[in-house]
Amino acid sequence: MTNLNPRAPLPGEEPWEIAGLTLNSRLLLGTSRYPSMQVLLDALDASGTGLVTVALRRVDPNVGADGESLYDVLVERGLHLLPNTAGCFTAKEAVLTAELGREALNTSLVKLEVIADEETLLPDVEELLVAARELVSRGFQVLPYTTDDPIIARRLEEIGCVAVMPLGAPIGSGLGIRNPHNIQMIKERAGVPVIVDAGVGTASDAAMAFELGVDAVLMNTAVAQARQPVRMARAMRAAAIAGREAYLAGRMPKRFWGEASSPMDGRVTTGFHAGQQAAWP
Amino acid sequence: MTTITAQINGEARALRVGTTLADLVPPEWKQGVAVARNEEIVPRAAWATTPVAPGDAIEIVRPVSGG
Repeated sequence: MTNLNPRAPLPGEEPWEIAGLTLNSRLLLGTSRYPSMQVLLDALDASGTGLVTVALRRVDPNVGADGESLYDVLVERGLHLLPNTAGCFTAKEAVLTAELGREALNTSLVKLEVIADEETLLPDVEELLVAARELVSRGFQVLPYTTDDPIIARRLEEIGCVAVMPLGAPIGSGLGIRNPHNIQMIKERAGVPVIVDAGVGTASDAAMAFELGVDAVLMNTAVAQARQPVRMARAMRAAAIAGREAYLAGRMPKRFWGEASSPMDGRVTTGFHAGQQAAWP
Repeated sequence: MTTITAQINGEARALRVGTTLADLVPPEWKQGVAVARNEEIVPRAAWATTPVAPGDAIEIVRPVSGG
């Protein structure tokens, strides 16, 4: 899987669109908690992602710029940046942070995150809906991080969000897709892309999300905190392709009992009847 | 020298009278930086003509790694 251009699509990676961007990879990656900048960049390359999240934080202007900033290296690599409102607990904080992100990154995209408390890191959906309404009215393209509640997902779409991003499990938990049926219900009724955000812990979680039919998966800790982040990024890329291809292929129906794959006619018999106790020798 | 006091990223700082937002941002930060004054975004083009007033709350933010 060594591509000269890491952004070149692999078989199974078909271009898709989100908020006016055309992307090859259906993986969106966070840029946090990596052991080093180099590992981050190598992992992003290995994943094939074209869209990565960043946070906005106060920076001491007296410190000045020491070397290349994160912004510079990500943009140099041709990555699209998705500013988030991580760490915001109220709609008001989230709206101001989104405005700062739009100004700093010159993008109207925002990953809207309004957190209820620090222990669960679950979305505060009341504040989320208020912030989403305000940001849509201010011309943002809002990608809201939300619960796996199909009703809230629908409401966010009605407000005018360009995607909905239900969680698989709490942020950083790595618990996988805890309620696959809800994710499927959200996808079935959505007219905008559905992106599973948070909860993915390993490749099979990502594959499962795609088998449910979602359009993309956003992950961070699963890659960043793997023992070998670059290898995990590669695994996630393969899982995304496998899950998406399996979804498109259409899985076989599940059966309670077995069904023979080889023909029963013309097989060698010894007078033994099914259900009889076999004697050997 | 006459100074005023304003909050820069949450910390009180003494600034020369006439200091503009442009003076607060290192020139090498050409891109990837945003400034808010009293919770209102000030576009880059207006930094040089926006003086800091006494008691202003100024936020200077940049993208950092995030999920």
